[in-house]
Amino acid sequence: MTVLEAPAGTKTLLEVRGLEVEYGNVRAVDGVNLHIGTGEILGVAGESGCGKSTVANAIMQILRPPARIVGGSIVFQGEDLTGKSQEDLRRFRWRNVSMVFQSAMNALNPVMRVGDQFVDMMQAHERISKHRAIVRAGELLELVGMDKRRVRAYPHELSGGMRQRVIIAMALALSPELVILDEPTTALDVVVQREILQEVEALKRDLGFAVLFITHDLSLLLEFADRIAIMYAGEIVETAPSATLASAPLHPYTQGLLQSFPPLTGPRVRLSGIPGAPPDLRDMPSGCRFHPRCPHCLPENAALHLRQTSERPRLRETAAGHSVACHLVDA
Amino acid sequence: MSVLEVRDLSKTFPIGGALRRQRVHAVEGVSFSLRPGTITALVGESGSGKSTVARLIARLYDPSSGAVLFEEDDVAQARRRKDVLHYRSQVQLIFQDPFGSLNPVKTVRHHIERPLRIHGIVPSQQIEGRVHELLQTVGLVPAGEVADKYPHELSGGQRQRVAIARALAVEPKVVLADEPTSMLDVSIRIGILNLMLKLKEERNIAFLYVTHDLASARYIADDILVMYAGQIVERGPAEQVLAEPLHPYTRLLLAAVHGERITERGSGGSAAVDPVAGCRFVSRCPLAIPVCSEITPELVEARPGQAARCHVTAPAT
Repeated sequence: MTVLEAPAGTKTLLEVRGLEVEYGNVRAVDGVNLHIGTGEILGVAGESGCGKSTVANAIMQILRPPARIVGGSIVFQGEDLTGKSQEDLRRFRWRNVSMVFQSAMNALNPVMRVGDQFVDMMQAHERISKHRAIVRAGELLELVGMDKRRVRAYPHELSGGMRQRVIIAMALALSPELVILDEPTTALDVVVQREILQEVEALKRDLGFAVLFITHDLSLLLEFADRIAIMYAGEIVETAPSATLASAPLHPYTQGLLQSFPPLTGPRVRLSGIPGAPPDLRDMPSGCRFHPRCPHCLPENAALHLRQTSERPRLRETAAGHSVACHLVDA
Repeated sequence: MSVLEVRDLSKTFPIGGALRRQRVHAVEGVSFSLRPGTITALVGESGSGKSTVARLIARLYDPSSGAVLFEEDDVAQARRRKDVLHYRSQVQLIFQDPFGSLNPVKTVRHHIERPLRIHGIVPSQQIEGRVHELLQTVGLVPAGEVADKYPHELSGGQRQRVAIARALAVEPKVVLADEPTSMLDVSIRIGILNLMLKLKEERNIAFLYVTHDLASARYIADDILVMYAGQIVERGPAEQVLAEPLHPYTRLLLAAVHGERITERGSGGSAAVDPVAGCRFVSRCPLAIPVCSEITPELVEARPGQAARCHVTAPAT
């Protein structure tokens, strides 16, 4: 497997191989391969229902029935997480991998001071005095650009952006090697969103953790991620370094997504977006899952059309670090 | 020539208990007009009052002061049922949430038939034909099949199209679209925006497009209004405002989406609780001078067609 190799010079931190997740009989994630190198930001973009959050939850091993992993492996620093005991996983979460959810700011306990919530979390993972933990909480708040005196604040005294910063500070508390951000700023205003992402980027440079950044907003990833994987209907359809993806996208879905964001400069041109809607996971299209919406899937071109509608394209590497799953692109 | 005019509109909401009564000035002194066949974007962050403006126009709230004029008549004066009904049919509102705005146990046909019947738009034998026509207009084909579906059988984008068809059923002159695409997947947002552009051109509708997304505002709007803490802080032709913004807040918003580094601090809720005199943006403003904390700036036309509420970039003459 040379596809999806992390950039040279970095060590592979996490490797997801052939991951399959089902909710009852519905397959939400169908054969996903991912690598994340140490200190790397990998972005995963896709629309609602494409399985991007399910991948994140599978890595954290927090899938709840009826969701379950039915195939593949998740290897973190050489160890497969899928066979680990609950107690091992409890230790692994937050210490090795932490996660920030979209609505995480609402997950703070409303009747507890922010600092005490840090104490709880830290004492669950290590022997630390309450006093030490509060001091450490203050340092962490400063790290994310807040006043350390805010450890005494109750969540309702903080704005949404502040609360999301608190959550990010918590996610960094035990110096994990990987931080998963699942739509971390989607509920926030644009200015706050940018401030927080700038903060995360700076922290990543200083502390050296890797980031798995999941969002529907491809334009954010183009800016903040080193590499991007595009998900559609439970599979990865294209992956490439951010700059390559922006300048030379190969998959028609990626091209359509990039065409879905109106520009803020330059001439005002009509965009087309992507016709149709993402497929129903219970009734997946045959062959290429994108074919019903694909502008290049035409009955006139009979041979290609037959392939597109009957054969599922595999992810193949077309250039170093650039892979795509599309019949139009011949490797 | 305007079809709808908003004149010095204000709305305050009381908050807090009996002992510490406070007022949120959700909307303060907002004036603008909507012209047929144009899209006016109302842009701002959450809490800026932009949705409240749409709701005031739709008469879901009564204004604390100021007036809404429809074809030069004060809307608040309309007391007779017939007049109220007429206004409600002429000014339609499309909501953000296409999942919550449709009745889950009724078919698409029911949703579109209802306004046709209530407002007596066409004779009953023509209703079915009109339903099909409307569904085709919003791109829901084959219309006969779609009409029999229930909301849960439709995607988010399709549901929003049903909501638009329902709004169009009564042949409105004004459509207020409150974040109509923000709950939709990115790949189908453009489709809804293109539909609004088409309707503006073909039906000469005046749109008020409420959004927090500057890029989509630039994409479809002719004019733009930028709101901050209940006030309009900048207005002008969309392209001009976004290419050469006057107000520091517009500049900040643009910097945030342009991917420039932001150094500003002290962001957060922009709602104005019991505001004192002075510019609402002063605590976040990089250009602030002493007068900004003392006198609330007026909206001043600093360039032809472009006005801003700023002592520095649009000083009163």
